[in-house]
Amino acid sequence: MIKFVLMVNRQGQTRLSRYYDPVELNRRTLLENHVVHCCLSRRKDQCSFVDYKDFKLVYRQYAALYIVVGVTDNENELSVYELVHNFVEVLDKYFSRVSELDIMFNLDRVHIILDEMIQNGHVVETNKSRVLAPLTALDKMADG
Amino acid sequence: MSDVVEKTLTALPSLLSLDSQSGATKLSSTSKLGNLIRGITELTSKHEEEKLIQRELASIKEQVSSPNTSMRQMKELMVRAIYCEMLGYEASFSYIHAIKLAQQGTALEKRVGYLAVSLFLNESHELLLLLVNTVLKDLQSTNLIEVCMALTVVSQMFPKDMIPAILPLVEEKLNHPKEIIRRKAVLALYKFYLIAPNQVQHIHNKFRKALCDKDPGVMAASLHIYLQMIQENPEGYKDLTASFVTILKQVVGGKLPMDFNYHSVPAPWLQIQLLRILAFLGKNDQSSSEIIYEVLDESLRRAEINHNITYAILYECVKCIYTIHPKSELLEKAAKCIGNFVLSPKINLKYLGLKALTYVVQQDPKLALQHQMTIIECLDHPDLIIKRETLELLFRITNAQNVTVIVEKMLEFLRVNKDDYTTIDLVGKVAELAEKYAPDNEWFIETMSTVFSVGGDMMQPDIPNSFLKLLSEGFDSVEEDRKLRLFAVDSYVSLLQGEPGKLPQRFLQVISWVLGEYSYLREELEAVTVLRLLAKLLDMKSTSSETKSWVLMAMTKLCEGGAGVSVAQEVCEAYSSSLDTVLRQRAQELQHLSQDCELRARVLPRDASLEPLEVDSSLSFLDGFVSEALAAGAAPYKPPHQRQEELAQAKALSLEPYSLSLPISMSSCSIADRQSPTLLSVSSGLSGESPDLSHKGGSTMLKLDGVKRVWGREGYLAQREPVEESAHVEVPSPLRSPSQQGDADSSHSQTPTPTPTPQPEQEKQQLASSLFVGLGSQSSVCLMGKSEQTTQRFRRKAKGPVSSSGAGAQVSNSLVSTPNTANNLLYNNLLDSNITSELTVSSLEQTSQLSQGPTAANGTCDVELTDGDMKESSPSLVRDNGVVAADPAPHEDPDRPEDLCLNTHLPAEFSGLCHSEITLLCSNQSLDLSACHVQKEDSLALVVFIYNSSDSDIQQILLELDSDELEVSCVCDSAVQEARSHSVAVCQYSLTVKRPSVHVEVVGMVSYQFPVGTPQSVQFSYKLPLTSFIRPLTVSTEEYGTMWLDFSHDTKQKLTLISDGQEPLVDTLNVLKKKLKLHVVEIIGMEGIVACRLLQDQPCLMHCRLHAGTLSVWLRSPVPDLPDCLMYYCQRALQEH
Repeated sequence: MIKFVLMVNRQGQTRLSRYYDPVELNRRTLLENHVVHCCLSRRKDQCSFVDYKDFKLVYRQYAALYIVVGVTDNENELSVYELVHNFVEVLDKYFSRVSELDIMFNLDRVHIILDEMIQNGHVVETNKSRVLAPLTALDKMADG
Repeated sequence: MSDVVEKTLTALPSLLSLDSQSGATKLSSTSKLGNLIRGITELTSKHEEEKLIQRELASIKEQVSSPNTSMRQMKELMVRAIYCEMLGYEASFSYIHAIKLAQQGTALEKRVGYLAVSLFLNESHELLLLLVNTVLKDLQSTNLIEVCMALTVVSQMFPKDMIPAILPLVEEKLNHPKEIIRRKAVLALYKFYLIAPNQVQHIHNKFRKALCDKDPGVMAASLHIYLQMIQENPEGYKDLTASFVTILKQVVGGKLPMDFNYHSVPAPWLQIQLLRILAFLGKNDQSSSEIIYEVLDESLRRAEINHNITYAILYECVKCIYTIHPKSELLEKAAKCIGNFVLSPKINLKYLGLKALTYVVQQDPKLALQHQMTIIECLDHPDLIIKRETLELLFRITNAQNVTVIVEKMLEFLRVNKDDYTTIDLVGKVAELAEKYAPDNEWFIETMSTVFSVGGDMMQPDIPNSFLKLLSEGFDSVEEDRKLRLFAVDSYVSLLQGEPGKLPQRFLQVISWVLGEYSYLREELEAVTVLRLLAKLLDMKSTSSETKSWVLMAMTKLCEGGAGVSVAQEVCEAYSSSLDTVLRQRAQELQHLSQDCELRARVLPRDASLEPLEVDSSLSFLDGFVSEALAAGAAPYKPPHQRQEELAQAKALSLEPYSLSLPISMSSCSIADRQSPTLLSVSSGLSGESPDLSHKGGSTMLKLDGVKRVWGREGYLAQREPVEESAHVEVPSPLRSPSQQGDADSSHSQTPTPTPTPQPEQEKQQLASSLFVGLGSQSSVCLMGKSEQTTQRFRRKAKGPVSSSGAGAQVSNSLVSTPNTANNLLYNNLLDSNITSELTVSSLEQTSQLSQGPTAANGTCDVELTDGDMKESSPSLVRDNGVVAADPAPHEDPDRPEDLCLNTHLPAEFSGLCHSEITLLCSNQSLDLSACHVQKEDSLALVVFIYNSSDSDIQQILLELDSDELEVSCVCDSAVQEARSHSVAVCQYSLTVKRPSVHVEVVGMVSYQFPVGTPQSVQFSYKLPLTSFIRPLTVSTEEYGTMWLDFSHDTKQKLTLISDGQEPLVDTLNVLKKKLKLHVVEIIGMEGIVACRLLQDQPCLMHCRLHAGTLSVWLRSPVPDLPDCLMYYCQRALQEH
């Protein structure tokens, strides 16, 4: 099961966070700091899966941005690793060449996309066009 | 092909950078959100961030409440509030506005409103109720996008109590022409199933319809529900096995539309989901497994594209193959597949390969042999994560022959590791291996010393506890015990002579205890030398006061002889004025006992730690004190959780301004605090209040364990035997000699062997031979039955003989906990000392046993003699029941009616019912009063027999009964008036419990009169155990779940497990069921739920979980004290077993 999805930049600033396992607000900052530290301190040739307390972190780096997913021990790490990439591909499709600023300025849309893909800690949709369908419909309504 | 894919993958990330400004252009530079984002990107310190966000929050607060704010502006405000919360600053004032935005906005504004709600609120937040109406409205909307949004938010979070309000609408959507609506409706039902499975029980056929939906997306969504349901009850869905196989075949065969592909692999996540379902269905089921084999074979074959996602599928395939009923052909393929993983140069694949191996070696250790060289390489891998995973693998293949090498590797890792969590976990594993497979005493003590030094003060407290328990309980051979203890003493003395300042506190405590207890074994070692060493510890600044108290305790045991006394006196002087009361107490004890040898010998006899202690865990001996205090106006005791709860509720009350929503808010609040174990057992593992918050985590872990263990080993082994034979040949034989004894040493010895292999390579092979020794053909058998069949050096002795008095719970002096508890005990004795002389005597004995070491005991023995044993128990126990108060000494009447005779007087309606031994309560010259209780299904009857032993008739008999704990009512037609000479009169009473207590007592008085003479009266009392009032409660798991949430009184404790059989949990629960008349509702894997009721209808629920060899029991009931009392009886029942 997926416990959370984080997007952080190399300076350790959170750009997006979504928790599927309730974590109190005042604990999140500390957790994020630890998690980011765990991932940022690793070299490129090292394994993308890290033990963190009683669960695991799966992270993937895209330029200055890290996407970190916390998963339970029974999760298939590699499938989550690829899920992250699928997510980025969807973002790339929507924003056409997505950048960190796209994500910052469209935090709501990124969340909406993520909500289509992961719910309750499970992968619910990975088909790119289907993931984007509700959001593009909303955009059309706003334009029209 | 693969290279191309890899290139496109690596090309993509470079697109993600700050250079592209496309996103920024969409927003005007003057927008407030733009300003905030710019501000955030320019931050340089935490302090600046705080200033910026506080300013931002103030500005948002001002705008949201303004009536002129448009919904469009509100949307932007919500995004800004989301930012603030994301950075960790609460914006709770905006929650209500998020709900308003969801309600009043249109299109994207509405969606952002819903989004903000789902980000801001947790599932039990009371504001969520305000969303219900909006959701209802949107579900009925003609705008599909709005329906979509509502369904999305419902499948993310919804108040459980309100499900019925929207369920019909959601069900209706299952037939919607649009696939997206159907899909989201299924996901919403999945959410309902997760939070309230009983609410959607009636629509299981609709799930089937969704599974058969023509759209693959809807079908895929229904798999979430099925995975969940099948995990809980695989038996119920076996008929679907073929359907899932067909679906997987179609997916693998590329029958889905192209847009489901991910890098040319058809719907990989769907494949993984299906494989997980199949694994559950095929587990322990040959016929279902037969159906699955073919598609697994095809999946393995089809996965030819060299891409990560293919490996992710393969990993799931391998796991499935090793979970279901084995088929040798597939197993071979899976093994080869694992080979591809571990040999891959890609580190992520290597990791996954190790993880797969770890899973697989438990069933087939031979596989570890095949990959031994890779494993050795991974052991030296620069990436600690890989190393750690390799150690995990080695941990699973440890046996008596390779334990030294593997433990050495683990300790090596521990010395460089910096992560606390890993240290705690690994230290526990080393301790477990050391205890299980230690080759000799020296090694064991040394390894444990390293464990204590490395593990320091963060390791699990049960490691030192169980170590000390092991030392004190000993094993089967007295001589071995002596040697082990002696070695420990030697080793610790030399440690103390070195630099004790560097040792962790826990280790010092262990050392103190061992020296105090066993240093007499080393005859040439003078007690005063040890005393001086210990005294040195007291002077160190770093020593904590808890450790000091252990040290003083040890000194108390050692202070003999002139020199010893003088050291002790010095210490006493220093600490008898300590500010720490515990230390002062210890110093006082030391002072007194060092001066009085005789008393010391009595209080602290040598080597007596094994003698069982009697502990009354319900502290019933304090009842008198408590009732006095209550009478004096003290508030009744409430357990901590109840206090907290009341506090929380009080808080909720004071904070909640809306009187209308009060009852709902309170119920939702309680739902947050106490989740039902049947619904979501993760909660028991993860919630902070859980007593066994272990490093293993929640039930997800727990369920995986189940997967591993339940796998049918025996059948599998028989089948594999010939294969293993041949495997043995493949084993690269050790270089030096194939003899297995030398192997363990080979890694340490540096003797160069003439061989053409280069030096490092040779070392590796030596290491390999020592690591994988014992995994060959003959020993693989013993490895399979790891815990049982290997020669376990430190096999724990069976518990000492249990004394037959039966009063109080028996706890062997188990050296747990801090000395403070023992201290409590001394205190308790003081309180009790004025009650009876008998009590003080036995308390003194207790003290003497307890003071030997810090113990867990926190109660004195219970001098009260129980009856309670039903008919089958020995009658000798029973006679002491009554207490004659009014009349002088009971006379011996030779022709007193025997119990047997009285049996015939038992009212006819009770024949065939279980009744207690008929007990004599009191007797005098003229009458004998006896009683027994009869357990009827729905009540408990007390039958009093009045036997007139005189020669004249007795008249005007009046029997009055009263009880603090019980409601006594006379069964009216049985009131007696008179008893003829030498005959028996019988009275019946019906008893119900007013206030649960471990033992309940009825006191009474009989007044009577002879035809000539004055009225006389006799008083008596009758005690009976609470268990007589316990009856099984038959409920279903769902009912149990709902009831669980409603009950407010609970208690938790770890109990001993009955582990002599195959299934400890089932055995243990059966014992409880038999002895206490409980109803076992269901056993799922490592957990069991049990229900009973206290007459008449006061339920008590029990949730048990296997955890680290003990049974974590959680009792819950609406009746105060009932859980505590029942816990006492459970403990007793298990110890008597």
